[in-house]
Amino acid sequence: MLPKAFRHAPWPPPEVVLYWLGFTWMEMEKDLGPSAGPDADLSSRGFGCSLRHFACEQNLLSRPDGSASFLQGDTSVLVGVYGPAEVKVSKEIFNKATLEVILKPKIGLPGVAEKSRERLIRNTCEAVVLGTLHPRTSITIVLQIVSDAGSLLACCLNAACLALVDAGVPMKALFCGVTCVLDPDGGLVLDPTAKQEKEARAILTFALDSTEQKLLMSTTKGLYSVAEFQQCLAAAQHASHHIFRFYRDSLQRRYSKS
Amino acid sequence: TQDPALRGQSGPGSGPRLARTMLGQVVLPGEELLLPESAGPNAEGSAEQMLRLGSIVRPRARVVCGPGLRRCGDRLLVTKCGRLRHKEPGGGGGGGVYWVDSQQKRYVPVKGDHVIGIVTAKSGDLFKVDVGGSEPASLSYLAFEGATKRNRPNVQVGDLIYGQFVVANKDMEPEMVCIDSNGRANGMGVIGQDGLLFKVTLGLIRKLLAPECEIIQEIGKLYPLEIVFGMNGRIWVKARTIQQTLILANVLEACEHMTTEQRKQIFSRLSES
Repeated sequence: MLPKAFRHAPWPPPEVVLYWLGFTWMEMEKDLGPSAGPDADLSSRGFGCSLRHFACEQNLLSRPDGSASFLQGDTSVLVGVYGPAEVKVSKEIFNKATLEVILKPKIGLPGVAEKSRERLIRNTCEAVVLGTLHPRTSITIVLQIVSDAGSLLACCLNAACLALVDAGVPMKALFCGVTCVLDPDGGLVLDPTAKQEKEARAILTFALDSTEQKLLMSTTKGLYSVAEFQQCLAAAQHASHHIFRFYRDSLQRRYSKS
Repeated sequence: TQDPALRGQSGPGSGPRLARTMLGQVVLPGEELLLPESAGPNAEGSAEQMLRLGSIVRPRARVVCGPGLRRCGDRLLVTKCGRLRHKEPGGGGGGGVYWVDSQQKRYVPVKGDHVIGIVTAKSGDLFKVDVGGSEPASLSYLAFEGATKRNRPNVQVGDLIYGQFVVANKDMEPEMVCIDSNGRANGMGVIGQDGLLFKVTLGLIRKLLAPECEIIQEIGKLYPLEIVFGMNGRIWVKARTIQQTLILANVLEACEHMTTEQRKQIFSRLSES
C-alpha cells in the first residue's frame, strides 16, 4: 500500500497514521440514549449499517506542499495540495486565492462525472478555506482515485480536507464528507459500498463542517421524501462526529513526533 | 440532539477552551480559544495608572495573534493545525503572543525574515529572486554593500542570494535587500560557489534556528562547515569534501523525525568513522 520509495527509506520513517476505527451503527444507537427524539426512528429500523474502516496517511508525497491518502473500506483517494502558489494572470482573483480542483480517474481521461465532482469539492473547500489571506495566489488540489468501492465523493472530501490541513492552508473549520443511501425497502445505510450504491433508491452525499456540523454541500441522486432527507442528514451529522474524532486522533499522532 | 458523550470528548465541535490550558497541545482549524479575562490589575495599580494616563486605561493585557490564529471578538480562532505556543510579554502580566507551530512546506514571505533566494531574472535595475513564495521577490542592485550606480554588484541569473525582506505583505510584491540598516552586508549577499542547497520543512528550520539548538552545536563538532539557513526552508551547506557535505545534508534532513537519542547515536557513529 505504501509507495515503494518509503518501504526502503532508512530514516525518516514515513509518517504513517494507520488507525482503524471499529465503529458500528450499534454503538451510535447506544449513544443516542433515550432523549434522541426523532432520531430514534432511525435506530428502530434495526439495520446493520456502519461506517467502514478509516485509514489515513499524511505527508506521504515529497513534491506537493501537502498530501494525504484516505481510505474508507476499499475506497482510496490520494491527494496533493499546492499552495499558496503562483497563479496564471487569467485566473488571478485580486482579493482572494484561486481554488482549483483536479480529479483524476483511475483509468482514462476525466469526463463529465469527474468535472461535476471537481466543482462540488471546490465549492466545499471554498466555503472553509480563508482565501482572502492569500490574494492573487492559487491553491491547487489534485485528487487521484486509487480505487473506487463506493462513497467516492465522501472519501475525496475527507482526503482533500486532510491534505489542506497538511499543507497549512488557513481554514475556518475542518470538513468531512458522508454518503448515505436509501434502500428500496426504506432502510438507511451510511458509507455504502459500490454494490449498495447500485441497488439503492437514492444516494445522498453531504459535506459538513467541524464547528457546528452545518451543511456545506449536498448532492443527491434518486427519489426520496423531505423526511428521509432530514433523516439522512441527521445520520450524517452523527457520523461526522466520529470522522472528526478520527481526524483529531490522526493529526495528534502526526504532531506527537515533533 | 448532539451526542453528549462525544461533545464532552476531544471532538473539534466541543466548546471553546481556555487558551492557557491548551498550550503545547495540538489544535485544529475551527477550534475557538478563550483568552483569560484580564484578572484585573490590583486596585492600587489601576489607580496609579488612572492618575498617570487620565482616561486612557487599557481594559486588558495586549494579546498578539501569531501565525495560525485569528481574532474573532474576544476569542481566538485557530486556522492551522499544530501545537499552540505562547510567549509571555517582556513586562510580565497577561497577554503576550500566541501562535500555532505547524509543519508546513510552503513559505509565505514575512517582513524581516532572512531567506535564501535564487536569482531568476535580471531586468533593468531589479533582480527577480525566487524565494519559494507565491511570487518572486524583487531585489534592487543598489541593495548590496558598496553598490553604487556605477559600481554594480556581480550577480548572475542562477546565483544564490541570502537576504532579508523589507516589504512583505499579502497585497504587495515582496522586496528583499542584502544590507542592514547601516548599509553593511552583515553576512548577506551572494552565496559563493560550490556547496549544496536543499529544502526542509519550515518547522525544522525554526527548530534549528532556535537559540541554543543542540543539533547545530553537535553538527559543528562533526566537521568544519559553512552553513546558511533561510526561513523559507532552504539550507545551504558546504564542508571540506563533497562527501562530508552530503553527509551533513542527509543528517540535517533526517533530524526532523529523530528523537534525541537516535540523533546522538548517529552523531557518535559519524564521528567515529
